[in-house]
Amino acid sequence: MAIDDLARASDDLERIEVQVLLEAIYQHYGFDFRGYALGSLKRRLWRRAYAEKVETMSALQDRVLHDPAVMERLLLDLSINVTSMFRDPTFFRALREKVVPHLRTYPFIRIWNAGCSTGEETFSLAILLREEGLYDRARIYATDINEAVLGRARAGAFPLEKMRLYTENYIRAGGTESFSSYYTSDGDTARFKPELLEQVVFAQHNLVSDAPFNEFNVIVCRNVMIYFGKKLQDRVHELFYESLDPFGILALGHKESIKFTKYEERYEALDAPEKLYRKMY
Amino acid sequence: MGASWGGLHALETVLSGLPPNFRTPIVIAQHRSADSGSSALPRMMSVRSGLDVTEAGDKEPIEAGHVYLAPADYHLLVEPEGFALSTDDMVQHSRPSIDVLFDSAADTYSGELVAVVLTGANSDGAYGLARVKRRGGVTIVQDPETAEKREMPDAAIATGAADHVLPLTEIASKLAELAT
Repeated sequence: MAIDDLARASDDLERIEVQVLLEAIYQHYGFDFRGYALGSLKRRLWRRAYAEKVETMSALQDRVLHDPAVMERLLLDLSINVTSMFRDPTFFRALREKVVPHLRTYPFIRIWNAGCSTGEETFSLAILLREEGLYDRARIYATDINEAVLGRARAGAFPLEKMRLYTENYIRAGGTESFSSYYTSDGDTARFKPELLEQVVFAQHNLVSDAPFNEFNVIVCRNVMIYFGKKLQDRVHELFYESLDPFGILALGHKESIKFTKYEERYEALDAPEKLYRKMY
Repeated sequence: MGASWGGLHALETVLSGLPPNFRTPIVIAQHRSADSGSSALPRMMSVRSGLDVTEAGDKEPIEAGHVYLAPADYHLLVEPEGFALSTDDMVQHSRPSIDVLFDSAADTYSGELVAVVLTGANSDGAYGLARVKRRGGVTIVQDPETAEKREMPDAAIATGAADHVLPLTEIASKLAELAT
């Protein structure tokens, strides 16, 4: 409590310090967090500040600018989004029932898993496509702003203790195999089979600043843009719109919406509660 | 408003006690399980309170006359441009966390804010309540004697930041008084 009070003594000053810190990170390292939603961003910045044992945002700025290792750690804090395999099982069920039939009509399927973080969603998508017999002609482009995070995703190692939840999710999502057949236990780690990543391309891509890099049949970007401010969300929606094939499908998180964006009219809802949208024109 | 164990009854009592002309938006973080469905709880609360209760969506603007509920398994934050959600780690073993909601609301609204801590068996909301107070907002805590679980009100009162400690049945009229 005492550290909190000291550190947060002046809220107005803090606001300025955060702005200056983000500007400094952008100018020095090229990562642009200036358009992020402030509430969650601030919480993550403070978590890093406490871990580095500093008590102000200015002090964190000093550490970040003069020690690239601190910037790397902060980048991890800012780019890891907590998720789980088959999070929101009803979404994956809808994907199976409503999107897969549409994908069967394509000779080759390109999927962009944008903001894939540590790979839980990427593995879920790969498993689903495999069980539907589509994986051999699919490619999943899994991108994240942070190279280190992609490394973790590539390793396919997740805490064994999570497997109970993931198995429940998998079953509720309509999984057709035994979930435990996809990994081997190694101490307290579940190692997922490397062949699940056969059709996955991991690549560094920054939604904030990078251009479209392909044409996709499906873009899955769930609970990534919730960390962005409204303006930045609009920018990313433009990027997605331009990156989708005609009749391509955009999948968002359960509590996200294309309402209030200027692309609202360009999509029709394929499954509104599951936030599956199809590009119309 | 933040509530945990016993919260549904407490929230119902407060919401149904508000006068019909109460227009100030209300945002609620009620602890609940990650897989509790997204429509049953707000629907039930709407029916029982006669108010328009919906789950908050990301970047949804905050409108007068509405009651917003934090979705299960997300933190709910308040930003100048509307709601923001997060799936970050649990805070106080909770997602949604009352502290996260109060903290962001204090940043956004400063003194134009009332924070209410209701029944619960943990200490979520205490830090947030103190933060609201420090930013100039008004703070209300349910009298622990009237709470189904008193730990959460006790923790909030222990911060020394509670402006009003009120029996459950008197919170609605205090809110109405503060809103005018």
